[in-house]
Amino acid sequence: MNGLKFMRAKGALAMLLAFIALTCTPPAMAEEHAPDGAPKPDASAVHEATLLQQAPRIEGRIDIPDTRASVLMQPAGRRWDYFHEFTLHRMGAIIILGMIALLAAAYIIVGRIRISAGRSGKKIQRFTLFERFSHWLTAVSFVILGLTGLNITFGKILLRPLMGAEAFSNLAQWAKYVHNFVSFAFVLGLILIVSLWLKDNIPRAVDIDWIRQGGGFIKSKHAPAGRFNAGEKAVFWCALGAGAAVSISGFLLLFPFYVTNIAGMQAAQVIHAIIAILFVALIIAHIYIGTLGMEGAFEAMGTGEVDLNWAKEHHDQWLTERLAKQGVRQP
Amino acid sequence: MARLKFLCDADRCIDCNACVTACKNENEVPWGINRRRVVTINDGKPGERSVSMACMHCTDAPCAAVCPVSCIFSTDDGVVLHSKDLCIGCGYCFYACPFGAPQYPKIGNFGSRGKMDKCTYCAGGGGNEVSGSVAEFKKYGSNRLAQGKLPLCAEMCSTKSLLAGDGEIIAQIYKERVLTRGYGSGAWGWMTAYHEGIAT
Repeated sequence: MNGLKFMRAKGALAMLLAFIALTCTPPAMAEEHAPDGAPKPDASAVHEATLLQQAPRIEGRIDIPDTRASVLMQPAGRRWDYFHEFTLHRMGAIIILGMIALLAAAYIIVGRIRISAGRSGKKIQRFTLFERFSHWLTAVSFVILGLTGLNITFGKILLRPLMGAEAFSNLAQWAKYVHNFVSFAFVLGLILIVSLWLKDNIPRAVDIDWIRQGGGFIKSKHAPAGRFNAGEKAVFWCALGAGAAVSISGFLLLFPFYVTNIAGMQAAQVIHAIIAILFVALIIAHIYIGTLGMEGAFEAMGTGEVDLNWAKEHHDQWLTERLAKQGVRQP
Repeated sequence: MARLKFLCDADRCIDCNACVTACKNENEVPWGINRRRVVTINDGKPGERSVSMACMHCTDAPCAAVCPVSCIFSTDDGVVLHSKDLCIGCGYCFYACPFGAPQYPKIGNFGSRGKMDKCTYCAGGGGNEVSGSVAEFKKYGSNRLAQGKLPLCAEMCSTKSLLAGDGEIIAQIYKERVLTRGYGSGAWGWMTAYHEGIAT
């Protein structure tokens, strides 16, 4: 059994290589003859083990139109099973629970980051209604996709024993359809967010300074920033990258076997799952800092207006620019 | 307790597709669903071999492991069955299956595959239906096993290439064949399905 697990672990790498080996074709063979000149019935017979050494899958001709059926054997299915049932379960649990533990520790050690000068009572608009709409479209669809997605992987362990097989199957069926269709809202939200905030998220020299000053987590230091600080920019670029990866792999899974074969479907699921787990962990941290972790941060996305002192402490350069612009308009 | 398996002696298979037809007829499967198929390797070249393939009823069945609603299970005889009442049509069993056995009524855009269908070893279904009932037949096909009969595909094989039955007995039959005729291209899929080949 241990030997088998080792083989499977080794095989995880081979699964990615399976994609590359797609075009491998077995070498041409000539008919062999026995000494008496009669054809040997088994001389050039194909063998399973040999074929599997040459290519990850054994394929042939079939009499039915379903091209997927031409794959006689794909042992990589067992490797995908191992990824899905062992690697993904453990990796997912460690990353998501680890992130929650990390944030709990941050809350206990650092605590809620307060506005050190207190509230000024004056407000300044940080996000327009359309910007907030784009954010919440993405955010709500992400939470729905995250929960329904985690259900596919962890539901049978966490919910099935509580709900019973039939009730859980009904839930999972609905969750599947919700996941498939809410995906479009998420992609739209992602496109809106990227087009609205790309300009303000391009790395600048001030970001290095922001990191040097401890990113606002060290109370004695002031970390300078424009409209978005280096931390927010990191979240933006990670969300863009991860969002694009889960969208593309997700659409491959949504339209199975249109552009890829069985190895591609497995690879798409592996990428979709790994990136999604990391994405969920990132967004949990993003939710923490936007709500519990920092005083005055949530209202930026809530009402769209932030306190002047909050802006001074977290986005000083942006505030200066904004006030200068308003000063021009209102002499 | 017997461990039921399939074995296709590729040196005997003549790609006649009788097994495919027998399966379709016996189980009255809908159009587009192929519980069994014959794949010809190196078609038209010397050493060409045809293999009849369906669900191999694997040991540690990967489909059962990956199913998000755990609707697939192995019976005491080693037959892998599933419940269409619980299946959500996610398609994961097809990604995990080394033999391409799971079938779906629809192509599956937007997750609309419908309930998975596959070879039941002519053992009816894994749902709540009464064994051998009309309801069971409509959903899963024939339950020959309950009548003490083996899968019809193997029973009808014109060259006795496809064998079904207790794994040890069919392995013994294959061994004797290989010994008598002096060659054999191996028990296709056995290493992957049952973690063991047949030493000849």
